[in-house]
Amino acid sequence: MASVSEPSYSLKRRGLFGANFADRIFRWGTFFFAIAVPILILLLVWILSKGARTSIVTFGGHFLSTSIWDVVHSKFGVLFAIAGTALTSLLALLLAVPVSLGAALFLSELAPRWMRSPLSFLIELLAAVPSIVYGIWGIFILVPVIKHVEVWLQIRFPFIPFFQGETLGFGVITAGVILAIMILPFITSISREVIQAVPRAQREAALALGATQWEALSGPVLRYARSGILGAIILGLGRALGETMAVTMVIGNNNTIPLSLFSLGNTMPSLLANEFAEASDPLQLSALYHVALVLVIITIIINAVARLMIWSVSKGERLEVQE
Amino acid sequence: MTSRTSPSRWWHYKRRFANILMWVVAILATLIAVTPLVLVMYHVTVQALPALNWGFFTQMPKPIGEAGGGMLNAIVGTLILIGLAGLFGLPFGILGGIYLAEFGNNRPANVIRFTADVLASVPSIVVGILVYSLIVAHTKTFSALAGGFALGMMMIPTVTRTTEEIVRMVPVSQREAALSLGASQVTTIFTVVMSAARGGVITGALLAIARVAGETAPLMFTAGTSSFFSVNIKQPIASLPMEIFLRATAPYDVGHAQAWAGAFVLVVLVLILSIAARYATRGRLRIVR
Repeated sequence: MASVSEPSYSLKRRGLFGANFADRIFRWGTFFFAIAVPILILLLVWILSKGARTSIVTFGGHFLSTSIWDVVHSKFGVLFAIAGTALTSLLALLLAVPVSLGAALFLSELAPRWMRSPLSFLIELLAAVPSIVYGIWGIFILVPVIKHVEVWLQIRFPFIPFFQGETLGFGVITAGVILAIMILPFITSISREVIQAVPRAQREAALALGATQWEALSGPVLRYARSGILGAIILGLGRALGETMAVTMVIGNNNTIPLSLFSLGNTMPSLLANEFAEASDPLQLSALYHVALVLVIITIIINAVARLMIWSVSKGERLEVQE
Repeated sequence: MTSRTSPSRWWHYKRRFANILMWVVAILATLIAVTPLVLVMYHVTVQALPALNWGFFTQMPKPIGEAGGGMLNAIVGTLILIGLAGLFGLPFGILGGIYLAEFGNNRPANVIRFTADVLASVPSIVVGILVYSLIVAHTKTFSALAGGFALGMMMIPTVTRTTEEIVRMVPVSQREAALSLGASQVTTIFTVVMSAARGGVITGALLAIARVAGETAPLMFTAGTSSFFSVNIKQPIASLPMEIFLRATAPYDVGHAQAWAGAFVLVVLVLILSIAARYATRGRLRIVR
């Protein structure tokens, strides 16, 4: 993400006058390959909309506001999956954000120089581990641990409503923990970058006025980096919303609204993973396309917002170019 | 009552204390952040050991629940899928990245950059559904071709962005030197710019391959799975991630050990490629995008 200046020679002018035929062919050739990316996005939205049409016509707004998955009677409403996705993602953010921000501060400000890049790399390696590996780790290692924690919590705090229900080990809370581990490297590494992008003068001014290191950080530096850090968190949320394999392996795949942290549940991607291949009823298939469409629209919006916020801190110049 | 100076001294200590407290919290947070990596590595290694032997790499799977056998077909399948993914994804990623780096000072290029970020964030399961509708729904069968296409599609945004970054790092003066000698743009880009950027572009491609090699969700509805040895790209094909998923969720201990062994192979593959990429480009290419 290093910001490097553009090549100084203006190809546009050369393209009109000086350039020869091969140059123009090459420019348009590479453009053809580059333009495939936006085309793929359009294709994605079009295909999903086409697939979802029957479901949109049949269920309309009720699809998102009712909670029923009745294949026999062809009645579908995915509130349970939306609730499951929201609950697991928020839980993941709740767990991951404080840790990520602490680590980002340490890595960008406090750690000795020789330690910074190896430690950042270790945390980033977490992002490289395939989600199926988190899934198998979740099933065999995390689930038994969570089960013990659930039993302990229920004995100590029997009155708290989130801690009701069977202590299976699988369920919303386990999915939240796995998701937290998976989004942690994203939030950490982007926040670290954003904090490092804050001009030195900001912290030096505060330190010169006699502020302690933490006061310089929490005041001028974090305020400057605020929107970028929020962007990093939202980006992490986007990852959590779309994560499939690790979640589907530990959440229990139960199509009801989770009423407690210990409940089994389902998320939108996990519902797709479970049902799409086996869907025989056309309306069910259309309902699944509908779910995918909703999921994609949510992730696209979330990602657009997050990227704009990060750019506004770390790459201000690029935003200005667009205007 | 205490002396007049005491409130200000108390305030001073409070500030110092808050400073130290935040240090400690930040260090603890960093330790917590690194812990999952250590735990996952440890468990994957320890649990994989019983099933990690020569036969795992050279034998076909035994019927579910039976001891012995390996994942030969899944390993070959994953290699085929990665090859197909590279075939689809790399030309688009690399040439698109060159376009953005060399001709990318305009509005269409900004749209392409933005949509590349969007494509990178599309949930992988949805990519699987798209490719299912585009290919599998017409050919009426899961196929390695569809799986490779899905994985290739997931590679495009990563490769585009890394290629753009690497190509931009080539100093402008080198381009100008070539142009001033009368070389055309095409010649400049292919001989001067790309020969300087080649290593980085290849590394970026390897990093993208490492990432899609472990993807499971996009394969569920595209490549499917197969219990036979197959190199036919028009037929369903087994892959390491799908085999891990199927064995981990089936109730047999033998299968579980093999699933862990599969996970171990995937993790080692991904780690080697990530570390090599970091070493080769001195940390310029990031795993997190």
